[in-house]
Amino acid sequence: MSDATSSARAQILGGIRRSLRRGELTGEDRSAVAKRLADPPRGPSVARGQLPQAEKVALFCQWAETLNATVARVGPAEVPGEVSAYLARNNLPANVAMAPSPLLEGYDWAGQKMLSIRRGRGQGSDQVSVTGAFAGIAETGTVVMATGPDHPVSLNLLPDTHVVVLRESDIVGGYEDVWGRLRARYGKDLMPRTVNTITGPSRTGDIEQTIELGAHGPRRMHILVVRD
Amino acid sequence: MESTAHAFKENVGHALADPNLQDSLAKLKVGFSERRRQAAERLPEFEALRDRARDIKNHTLAHLDFYLEEFERKVIGLGGHVHWAPTAADARRIIAELCQSVNARTVAKSKSMVAEEIALNEHLEALGIAPIETDLGEYIIQLRHEPPSHIIAPAVHLTKDQVADTFLEHHAKLGFDKRLTERNDLVAEARYVLRQKFLDADVGLTGANFLVAETGSSMLVTNEGNADLSNTLPRMHIVLASIEKVIPTLEDAAVLLRVLARSATGQESSAYTTLNTGPKRHEDLDGPEQYHVVLLDNGRSSVLGTEMQDILRCIRCGACMNHCPVYGAVGGHAYGWVYPGPMGAVLTPQLVGVEEASNLPNASTFCGRCESVCPVRIPLPKLMRHWREREFEKHLTPKAVRQGLAMWSFAARRPALYRRLTAMANRVLALFGRADGRYRTLPLAGGWTRFRDFPAPQPGGTFHARWAKRKA
Amino acid sequence: MSTSSPRPPVRPRRVALFVTCLVDLFRPSVGFAAVKLLEDAGCTVEVPPLQVCCGQPAYNTGDRTTTRAIAAQVIDAFEGYDAVVAPSGSCGGMLSHHYPGLFDDDPALKARAENLAGRSYELIAFLVDVLGVRDVGARYQGSVTYHDSCSGLRELGVKAQPRNLLGSVQGLELREMKTPEVCCGFGGTFCVKYPEISNAMVGEKSADIAATGADTLLAGDLGCLMNMAGKLQREGSAVRVRHVAEVLAGMGDLPAIGEPERG
Repeated sequence: MSDATSSARAQILGGIRRSLRRGELTGEDRSAVAKRLADPPRGPSVARGQLPQAEKVALFCQWAETLNATVARVGPAEVPGEVSAYLARNNLPANVAMAPSPLLEGYDWAGQKMLSIRRGRGQGSDQVSVTGAFAGIAETGTVVMATGPDHPVSLNLLPDTHVVVLRESDIVGGYEDVWGRLRARYGKDLMPRTVNTITGPSRTGDIEQTIELGAHGPRRMHILVVRD
Repeated sequence: MESTAHAFKENVGHALADPNLQDSLAKLKVGFSERRRQAAERLPEFEALRDRARDIKNHTLAHLDFYLEEFERKVIGLGGHVHWAPTAADARRIIAELCQSVNARTVAKSKSMVAEEIALNEHLEALGIAPIETDLGEYIIQLRHEPPSHIIAPAVHLTKDQVADTFLEHHAKLGFDKRLTERNDLVAEARYVLRQKFLDADVGLTGANFLVAETGSSMLVTNEGNADLSNTLPRMHIVLASIEKVIPTLEDAAVLLRVLARSATGQESSAYTTLNTGPKRHEDLDGPEQYHVVLLDNGRSSVLGTEMQDILRCIRCGACMNHCPVYGAVGGHAYGWVYPGPMGAVLTPQLVGVEEASNLPNASTFCGRCESVCPVRIPLPKLMRHWREREFEKHLTPKAVRQGLAMWSFAARRPALYRRLTAMANRVLALFGRADGRYRTLPLAGGWTRFRDFPAPQPGGTFHARWAKRKA
Repeated sequence: MSTSSPRPPVRPRRVALFVTCLVDLFRPSVGFAAVKLLEDAGCTVEVPPLQVCCGQPAYNTGDRTTTRAIAAQVIDAFEGYDAVVAPSGSCGGMLSHHYPGLFDDDPALKARAENLAGRSYELIAFLVDVLGVRDVGARYQGSVTYHDSCSGLRELGVKAQPRNLLGSVQGLELREMKTPEVCCGFGGTFCVKYPEISNAMVGEKSADIAATGADTLLAGDLGCLMNMAGKLQREGSAVRVRHVAEVLAGMGDLPAIGEPERG
């Protein structure tokens, strides 16, 4: 740390402590705050998402559609076929950029003769991406993308159309359940570089407060909710 | 940006005479408040969540040093960098040096009110670095060389036709020489033009809605996806955030997110809520190689522990301005600086000085609608009143107001005198003729009678005079 | 006039009327309407002679010293009454919500301010919530629209009470505005310090009022009423403007605010 940085740091932290009329937190005060950080209290529980799993899935689908995504509920064997059929139904090119993830590799893409697949990060010219999802949030119809080697961030953002493959068993009630799963997978206090939680297609209300879809991110989001 | 808060009254005059602005405000007043109301009604726990949101922010402010240090520790642990900026000049210098360290020519910027606060664009431009605003609203006003007029809808003062003219003027040289008439075409054209700029940018600069101490993450809430492109594609990601943006944990974020979008736009959830934690990991296929967080104080630490502390709870949702009848009449530019509406009327005097911004806390009827919708329950009218008290103490209150108040208070503290004076006023007003029941003009009441008739007193004397007679 | 249960166990009997400066000077009939409504509900009404103003002009100008002096004077003047009632949400709110905070450095006065705050009410809320009045036995031939004055609405929760009592008035039809809860632009000294903004706000309000087609505008605060009446009359509107207490007290035949005496 340079001298300038450390003195600026001391200046700000010192200013805060002067205003709060105390020194650096110590003793019981400090352990109380440290405990809150280690074992975070939950906010008021939101009843909407606290449902049996089947109803959670239904609520997820309902909100996702309300918030301008489209949803197809399919069995595992139907995933590749639904991707092709969705693209055909919407007159979209059968060229997709796909996340190189074990989840997606588990489906039989070879059977889709018309579908051309490139695996890797997103590019500015991509029309369609296909990715998995780390979780879905029933409360708001949100998909959660924990990005990493098997899920480049750019696939969530650059293409015009984003096809998301989400397993029913990955649908949870609210954010807190997602945090629990992230901690279980990556460790407490550790996060992948980027976690995108995405609710429907990109949108803007910046011209006359009227919502238009596809501002910078995808114009269309199609979610395949897959029976386990 | 340069403050014109001192010229509030002139600004108001222009705003009230601007028909495009008045059209836009008419839409805003109905749209935002109705959508917020519906969103709040759909979530039975909304009021309990507001209480908790307030408590979380209060807890954080009381331990702000601790959480900032925790946040810093986590960021550094993951290979990121934290820069402390006591002043706006410090933040400008730090960001410029970071940009220069990678020989940046362009910076893709996602909407940041803190960047407006420190006048970052002007500074970068002077150094030959081009900041490119990527939020559609910010992009529009950047092309027009205008400041934002709203903290979440920066171009809310403009009509579609004005945007169409602006795009034609600036995009014609890129081959877009047809004037567009549809909103979706305007959005598509901006998307196309900005896409290449994202891909070419050397640095991505974003603000942060929250900084999560537990994980060292910066959290960004947007609808367009521009912030995510800004923090993913360029090789350096700079987060510029003020110190009060830190919160303890992801659980706290869950509470705040539930009230933020609903209060701001009435959405169940914004389209993108993104957590960025450190730079790209070794095996990641994309993401920035460098991750820097610039923590700006700019006077905020001195607000802690004062009667103004509650303003530091603000999560910048814009609900107070969406519901403010004064903002609804004059729009954001009249306030003369970065933060308009009720939260601006409290924050601006703090950041640019109460002498410069003395009108802002006074231009309120204290109707209380802002406080009634604030997701973190900031008592905005009370804080505006505190500013009025400070102005009164500093003798900044206009002389005519002070003198009038002094005369009135002399009488009001002497009930017998006051009775005689009101009885006299009652008779004097009668002299002006109560035959019409009202006056079209009245001496010393020009502010009123310019726009309104003034009702005459009922005949028969004051209430107290008549009550005394009745009891006699 | 009938009242109905549930009633509070002890009904305040000795009620002090806080007249308010504007009612005293401009529209005493509002004070007499308040007295009638309170007496009809079984209260003994007194008007403490040493009362002047609640102090809001000083308070909202930032003059805390004067505000405290006036508040202390009000606390003295209203000592010992079961309840203090004002025909104004703004003045009522000042007594019940703002006085205690003025005396944080004076525990004795703060305790007295809190005691007063606990006994202070806006008139209509007092009639409905405390006295349990449900029917005022009045008549008013016409359609009315009701403006929710800000302090009454947001500080004191006055919303349903006036509408409930207006519902008991024979011949009266209530027509709601689109935005009855939006400020009319009065704001005390605001309307003369920022007349252009105030005018824009009251102009919008008068359009909302006109759109209801109601022939009468009612509200519970004389400041707001004078502001709206002045604007409506400047615009040549025929809408009559009255304090809600006047209509509830059967005094709806008096000349309206800003109307000349008849014949």
